[in-house]
Amino acid sequence: MKQSLVLRDLAGRPVRTAVLTVLTALLALTVLGGTVIVTSLRRGLGALESRLGADIMVVPYEATTQKKFENIVLQGATGYFYMDSARAEKVAQCAGIGQISPQYFLASASSGCCSIPVQIIGFDPETDFTITPWIRRSYGGSLQKNDIVVGNDLNAFVGDTLKFYGVECRVAAKLDRTGTYFDTAVFTSAETIRSLIASSQALGMNDFADADPSKSVSCLLINAAEGCVPEEIVNDINLHVKRVKAIQTKEMISGIADGLAGVSAVIGILIAAVWVLGMVILLLVFTMSVNERKKEFAVLRIAGASRGMLAGLVMKQALVTGLLGGIGGVLLALAAVLPFHTAIESRLGLPFLLPAAGTVVLFALAAILLSVLTGAAAAAVSALRISRIDTALILRGEN
Amino acid sequence: MMLKGVGISKEFLRESRGTNRFFAVQETDIALESGQMTVLMGRSGSGKSTLLNMLAGLMQPSSGHILLGDTDLYALSDKALSRLRCEQIGVIPQGQTVLHSLNVVQNVCLPYTLYGEDAHEADARALLERLGIGALCDVKPAELSGGELRRVAIARAMLRKPAVLLADEPTADLDDENTEAVLGDLKQAAQDGAAVLVVTHETGAERFADRLLRMNAGALAEVSPAGDSGVSDGL
Ligand SMILES: Nc1ncnc2c1ncn2[C@@H]1O[C@H](COP(=O)(O)OP(=O)(O)OP(=O)(O)O)[C@@H](O)[C@H]1O
Ligand SMILES: [Mg+2]
Repeated sequence: MKQSLVLRDLAGRPVRTAVLTVLTALLALTVLGGTVIVTSLRRGLGALESRLGADIMVVPYEATTQKKFENIVLQGATGYFYMDSARAEKVAQCAGIGQISPQYFLASASSGCCSIPVQIIGFDPETDFTITPWIRRSYGGSLQKNDIVVGNDLNAFVGDTLKFYGVECRVAAKLDRTGTYFDTAVFTSAETIRSLIASSQALGMNDFADADPSKSVSCLLINAAEGCVPEEIVNDINLHVKRVKAIQTKEMISGIADGLAGVSAVIGILIAAVWVLGMVILLLVFTMSVNERKKEFAVLRIAGASRGMLAGLVMKQALVTGLLGGIGGVLLALAAVLPFHTAIESRLGLPFLLPAAGTVVLFALAAILLSVLTGAAAAAVSALRISRIDTALILRGEN
Repeated sequence: MMLKGVGISKEFLRESRGTNRFFAVQETDIALESGQMTVLMGRSGSGKSTLLNMLAGLMQPSSGHILLGDTDLYALSDKALSRLRCEQIGVIPQGQTVLHSLNVVQNVCLPYTLYGEDAHEADARALLERLGIGALCDVKPAELSGGELRRVAIARAMLRKPAVLLADEPTADLDDENTEAVLGDLKQAAQDGAAVLVVTHETGAERFADRLLRMNAGALAEVSPAGDSGVSDGL
């Protein structure tokens, strides 16, 4: 059948065409928006897991009672705490430990001594197994004294100089986005951070109690040795080393995983509800338009259209509105999710890492396809009914 | 080409009568010959439209066959029958039959555009001009009067110069002047070689008839002996 008839008829019924298109757009919008959000949250959690990168974290007991540690790692708060390296050595002696590496925390201030208030995390390049592999992805060299690596969300670029407690630090690399609070942190070697801690003490800017930077660490990251169970190591440390707290990473992020599961479920229900409702309305609109259009289909029959052509007309129109709506909905979804990912992230309070562009494109195509198929499925019922109309009977009804 | 009904009848089920079956058209033969205009008259409900729909390939008879030349219409697939109707059978149904999303001339060109053929728009405009609504070619049907809509349907049925032209009360909404004109056009189509059947209540229509048939409660009867095709609007 001539395509122009399909389009002319759509244009001749602007309200029906608009309703069908907007409905399909809504379906595509929810399915793509929802999928991108859930996927981003999953990736965010994955990124957090791999950024934490260790089975076990050991911190001074005081840090856990004040939730300082969790706030820094999970909530993006800035802070610091220290324990004596003697405690760290005792931890290292516990059985079943495969890898162990210390980290050092320092919070920069917002006053004149520092360029920006951020969490500064120092690691030991010799033993580190969590941050170095991540830095490797964007920086091949090794960190010199006063070199820093900045998180993706910080407004600093390679070659810039940032000042912390009067010390000028060169930005050696900028990390990939992780969607976690690590994106707003600054990383540096143990050597550099020790000198920063010392400078801040000299300036009297932080409340360090009795910490001696050369003999303190903030936390220890531990990976279990082959065949050892992290849980047993945690119990062992908590039992035998005083004034430290060992935490299994899995447990620490279980709150986030729960939150993610909750959000995913809500989004899933939302998508399902919109689709069921959308399908019902689509079916209704098609069915209603069949009744309203019976007469016109009878006219086409008289002019020589076959039953197959009538069904084809309905299906082609459904494809056109499905495609228009699908593309519209996908564009809306992308416009709603992509530019506002940071807003969504802070709104949900969960790590949020957008999928790669290719994946988003794939999702978008799938959403369009799904919308078109849904429109076609809803139209198929009507197409079948239309193809069975009794022309003579319809013409009688109008006498 | 001749359109023939051989032993055709149409039976409907009717639940609220003594017998729940009744014949809208009782078994009959009918032949529409090319070059002839056959006028079918009869009371309302006598089965005229039913007969016409059967001849148009739109309603399967309960018995008998409809033959266009040698082709048995109801032995064809729906696809083939539809194509045949498009090309060979012009139908002007009772009531108003236009597509409101198309303008007048697009409506008229439908039998061509439906299968993606050239629209023959110039022919359509000329035909509409002849039917007295040439000025309305590019108007949407919503703006037309009942009589104008009817002439759009007539133009649509005549555009392809089909071998058979079946008109169900084509002058129902028209004034005397236009009635004359439309009947004259149908007559002209017959003289150009089409087999024309006109169902009408119009008393003046006999004047145009080469043959006059009457339907009475489903029974078809010849009113005047069949004139040969040479006999035309003799008064
Ligand atoms: N689909 C149908 N089912 C049942 N009865 C029908 C059906 N179609 C027509 N009839 C009946 O068949 C009879 C003939 O109907 P038809 O429409 O052919 O009459 P008609 O002569 O064209 O009348 P009018 O001049 O009013 O158009 C009527 O009694 C009608 O009720
Ligand atoms: Mg009738």
